[in-house]
Formats: sequence, structure tokens, C-alpha cells
Amino acid sequence: MRDNVITLKPDDTMNDVRRILRDNKISGIPVVDDDRLVGIVTIDDFIICLLEDGGINEKIENRMTKNVVTVYSDDPIVQVVCKFDRDGYGRFPVIDRDTKKLVGIITKGNIIEGLLKKLEIDYHEEEIHRYRASHIFEDVISDNSTLILKYRIKGGDFKKAGEQTSKIRKNLLRLGFLPETIRRVAIAAFEAEMNIVIYTPEGELVAKIQPDKITVNAIDSGPGISDVKQAMRQGYSTAPDWVRELGFGAGMGLPNIKNYSDEMKIKSKVGNGTNLQFIVYKEGKSSK
Amino acid sequence: MKLDKIISVLDAEILCIVKNKLNSDITKACGADLMSDVLAFVQPDTLLLTGLTTPQVVYTAENAGVNVVCFVRGKKPHKETVDLAKEKKITLLVTKIPMFESCGILYKNGLMGYSEISKQ
Repeated sequence: MRDNVITLKPDDTMNDVRRILRDNKISGIPVVDDDRLVGIVTIDDFIICLLEDGGINEKIENRMTKNVVTVYSDDPIVQVVCKFDRDGYGRFPVIDRDTKKLVGIITKGNIIEGLLKKLEIDYHEEEIHRYRASHIFEDVISDNSTLILKYRIKGGDFKKAGEQTSKIRKNLLRLGFLPETIRRVAIAAFEAEMNIVIYTPEGELVAKIQPDKITVNAIDSGPGISDVKQAMRQGYSTAPDWVRELGFGAGMGLPNIKNYSDEMKIKSKVGNGTNLQFIVYKEGKSSK
Repeated sequence: MKLDKIISVLDAEILCIVKNKLNSDITKACGADLMSDVLAFVQPDTLLLTGLTTPQVVYTAENAGVNVVCFVRGKKPHKETVDLAKEKKITLLVTKIPMFESCGILYKNGLMGYSEISKQ
């Protein structure tokens, strides 16, 4: 409904009606006496009064419809829609059930506007994306379809650390993977993304998506890991304090990736960067 | 425990909230400042109490399936963290009460920790 309703008093004249209808491009005005609705005056009432001598100077209370059909502000929209359909009115004044005061006005236009907005914002866009994307593996005919998504990551950019994983996550949702599968991929990818941001000048996440599994490679041009076995030990970390202050770098990253994925491999050479690969199967190999 | 009850016992301020979530039920909580720890063991639909206010808290919550985060000891995050939470549909609260006491208050009011839930 619209609040801030334009209203008139019973002893205003039909001349006032003309002014308000014209200035506000509306077709009906509630008539209010001491906040209580006492009638409604519409463009039809105005046209009729024009046909009569002196009609334009008459008080509204002689011209308005007195038995106004109203709705309550807590009525369900469905009920209001039915009322429009049944009674054929263009608008209903909205009354507060307890105080009986006028609180707004509702037109068919308001209802349509509200519904469209809701559809648009909450649902429509993401739902269409999801619908389109979730059929991709069925629509493409091949013996083996693979979708490869690449995301560049800048080292040291803490403000954006996590953004690329978020995109991967959104895509997996759209592709129709189960929430638990997505959760495992997202947690592992997030840790891998954080490692690239913390330790390297730049890198990328490459997600290879197949109907039955998701393979992610986190490739960077950083310093490399001198002892992979040691780096895999929980609690082992070479992170400086400022990284720990951000909630990471406590030697949990690689163990986390291992725990949440079904397979994990690290190829690294000091001075040549690191290629970490993990795979999550749709059906899940581990019980995690 | 309903979210609005949590907000009232912690006397928390709402920084952003997902529409119609005040009535949602939260059964477990965890307190952590180490996001890797959160990623390692937090279960979906947990309330996270933390003293960390970086955008990575929101990313961590998103990836771990945490819908509500409460910052303790009155630490308010920057606008970018709040904006990110709105985008990711994660509810953010802030309480003036420190971490240990916040956890204690929630525990006393019936929220459980994981070790108890796994025993059930």
C-alpha cells in the first residue's frame, strides 16, 4: 500500500478535489474527519458535479461516497486481490484494525508493483541462472564434459582474499551440486586461496568441474615449499604474526584441505612456486 | 534458542540481518578467533562468536555454512565487512560483552557445544 495518503476534509469543496486530482494524477481521494475515514471522493463524483450548476462549489460531504469499502492493514494480500476482483473498485483505503484510523491506500497497481519487485529481487534472477546452469551437463552431448573455470588471485590483497572462492561456490550452486559437496570444495579452495594471498605474489585457482567430481588446482609463482611433509603437519606454520592476526597462518590450512577433499597432491620446488591439487567427488569418498 | 533471544541475552546490536530470520532457531555455538579452526570443525547452522572483524570472517562463515556471526567486546567491523555480509546473506551482531562471558551467557541459556551434541 501507499502510506502518506493525500486526504480531504468533509467541508472542503469540489474545487479542492479538482486541484488535487490534477496535481497528483490520482483518481480517488479519501475524506477524513479527525483521522477517521468518513468517505471517498473520486474522479466520477467530480465529473457528475461539473454537470450541475454550482456543483463545483459544493462541500465534499454532499458529494462523496459515504459507505466506503475498506481493507485492514493486516489483511492478507490474497484477500485484497479477491476484493478487487469481486467489488470492481479501483482502490481501497487501508484502516488500522485497532485504532480504526486511515493508514494508507492500496490500488491494483501497488499490488502488481510489489509482486514484481519481490519476484525480481528475491528469486527470479538467481533462479534463472540456476535453472540454465544446472542443465549444462545434460544439454551438452559428449562422452565426457568438463567445465574449466579460472580465477586470478593477487598476493597480499587481504581485502579481496576469499572473493574467488566465493565465485566458485556460487557457480557450483548454480550447477546444482549438493550443499555438502559445495561446502567441502569451498572450504578447501578458501584455504588454498588464503595461502596464495599470504605467501605468494600471485596465483590462480583453476576449477575443473565434471558431473561426478570437482578438481581444483591452486597454482602460484611463490617461493615454493621446501619440506612438503612438514608443511602438512597440523600446527606447523611459517606465517608472520600479521597473518595470524587475520585469523589464519596457524598451520591448519593444508591439513584442512586434506581433510575436506578426497584426494590431494602438492607439487612444489623452492623458487619455482607450488601447484596444489585437490579433488572432491560428488558422492564423496570420505565420510566428511 | 531463537535468534531474538540470543540478541536480547547478549544485549547485542544488529549490524545487518537477513529478512525474517529473527525467529530462526539456533542450537549450537562456537567461539573462535582462528578462522582455520572454524573451517576445520564448525558444523553448518552454528552461531559464531569472534573477536575478528575482517572480511575473511564473512567468507569463512559463508564457506562453513555459518549464518549468524556475533562480534564480541564491542568490536565493530568496517563497512566493507558489513556490506559483504549483506551480499552473502549473513547476519552480523555485535555485543559489548567479552568472549568468555558471551559464551558463558549463551551456554547458561541452553546453547550447546559440539562435544555435548556428539554425545547425544
